[in-house]
Amino acid sequence: MFNVNDIKKDFPFIVKNPHIVYLDNAATTQKPRCVVDAISDLYENYNANPHSYDYSLAVLSEKAYEGARKKVAKFINANSNEIVFNSGDTAGLNFLASSLSKKLKEGDQILLSQAEHASNVLPWFKVKEEKQIDIGYIPLDDEGRIQLDAVEKAITPNTKIISLAQVTNVLGYKVDIKGICEIAHKHNIIVIVDGAQSIPHMKVDVKDLDCDFLVFSGHKLYGPTGIGVIYGKFDILDTLDPINMGGGMNGRFDMCGNYTLIKTPNRFESGTVNLEGAVGLGAAIDYLESIGMDNIEKYEKQLHDYAISKMEKIDGVKIYNKNSDTGIITFNFKDIFAQDLATHLASYNVCVRSGQHCAKILMDFLKADATVRASFGIYNTFEDVDKFVDALSKGDEYLDVYFK
Amino acid sequence: MSILNDPNMIRSIIMDHYQYPRNKVDSEPKGYESIHMDSDSCVDDFYIYLKYDNTSNKIIDVKFMGTGCTISTASISIMSELLINKTKDEAFNIINNYKNMAMHEGSYDEELLEEANVFSNVYKQANRIKCATIGYNGIEELLKDK
Ligand SMILES: Cc1ncc(COP(=O)(O)O)c(C=O)c1O
Repeated sequence: MFNVNDIKKDFPFIVKNPHIVYLDNAATTQKPRCVVDAISDLYENYNANPHSYDYSLAVLSEKAYEGARKKVAKFINANSNEIVFNSGDTAGLNFLASSLSKKLKEGDQILLSQAEHASNVLPWFKVKEEKQIDIGYIPLDDEGRIQLDAVEKAITPNTKIISLAQVTNVLGYKVDIKGICEIAHKHNIIVIVDGAQSIPHMKVDVKDLDCDFLVFSGHKLYGPTGIGVIYGKFDILDTLDPINMGGGMNGRFDMCGNYTLIKTPNRFESGTVNLEGAVGLGAAIDYLESIGMDNIEKYEKQLHDYAISKMEKIDGVKIYNKNSDTGIITFNFKDIFAQDLATHLASYNVCVRSGQHCAKILMDFLKADATVRASFGIYNTFEDVDKFVDALSKGDEYLDVYFK
Repeated sequence: MSILNDPNMIRSIIMDHYQYPRNKVDSEPKGYESIHMDSDSCVDDFYIYLKYDNTSNKIIDVKFMGTGCTISTASISIMSELLINKTKDEAFNIINNYKNMAMHEGSYDEELLEEANVFSNVYKQANRIKCATIGYNGIEELLKDK
């Protein structure tokens, strides 16, 4: 296991802001020094458009970009030609919805769950409008989990795609993607995994899961904003239509409208690529691998269990996902409005998120207008939990912040 | 007597308007104009209702419906009491003064704002200014074309 005090030293933001207890890691993460340095190194030493093959700098920048692709591939146990860079998880889900919708016909069904993030719901609503397909929801069990038999039952002869978060962003439960893929593939159903909340916190092996697609965002993985990844099994990815057309993805074209595309995955990356994002993400992955994803998962679970045991001692705290498998804790305190509670915690320099967490259809299930979410990252400490719980226990004083 | 100097007073006014909001309804009232105010960054989700008399240029009534945090709910409740029976010009004057206070962007007449002075410190919580002004922005929109 690692020493969290060493980890903290790697994060300039954490070092410079020792008073801040940052517990909003499900929204975005702070960046280690090596990510910042890798980006500086690019801009100071070898910045060039990787498509400008006329001088050696561009060779260096292309090497860095393609090197980052290799790192991502190794990180999730895929091949490099199965990794597409884009701007983030949301862009990935939109791309898959648009591109796969061309293979759908009226009456086909997409299965989601009630716990999905807006980014894994609204792109499918658009497909529904355009293609008259159906959207079904796999029911959650009483605790809010997705059980395999519920998946089996929800599947109809028309189901073509199942798209689910591997870890949901409000309840933090791990979904048995491997089991779901096994069931789905018996029915020739494509499985898309939203890895936004799983990739940063546990080992993910796409071959072992056998999922068809997986998307995630770099910024939740201690990397830069504006970079994301789509993994797709090559044989399926290669059949998809690019949605964005332009430079860097065509082989040749003429005035009659004839064109050829370059190979997968680059054909899906039109325009000048996000070199900075890819390089930063590559550095973040190196960093996480040096710590070990299994260690990270174990540590964050310890933080979670410690926090739950302390929160349960406070009268009036309602925890919605006590048994969460990851470092996400969703709660309320007495009948204080979630946003008021979050502002109160902020006055103690504890950063958490209030609201519906982009999972608006889950709120009916939780029977809450809104909740507060604390989410852990690798630099959080048991002391952070103490400060958070201490501030939470003073929740009754939440209006005090307006008198200071 | 300035309520600003007594935290307990401020607290009890805000809590009173939060727990027992004035002019809050559970269903859409008949004969009112309405505007839906929901903020994308938080949960606040309110309808503001206005009954206006064009001949006297007066606000006859203000009501609201919906859910939101303490600051938004209490501020709309207080606003409704401030604006009922005011002329359009008086209302705009109150709204402008209130916004100057809430956003800390200019001088304002403390006397004019009565109980709304409890929000004089809200600007220090920059992320909550939206909550404290959501009702005023709605009413302003409704009054604009009068
Ligand atoms: C489960 C889940 N899916 C999708 C997203 C969207 O990620 P991004 O905003 O980086 O595109 C998030 C981020 O909050 C998430 O938690």
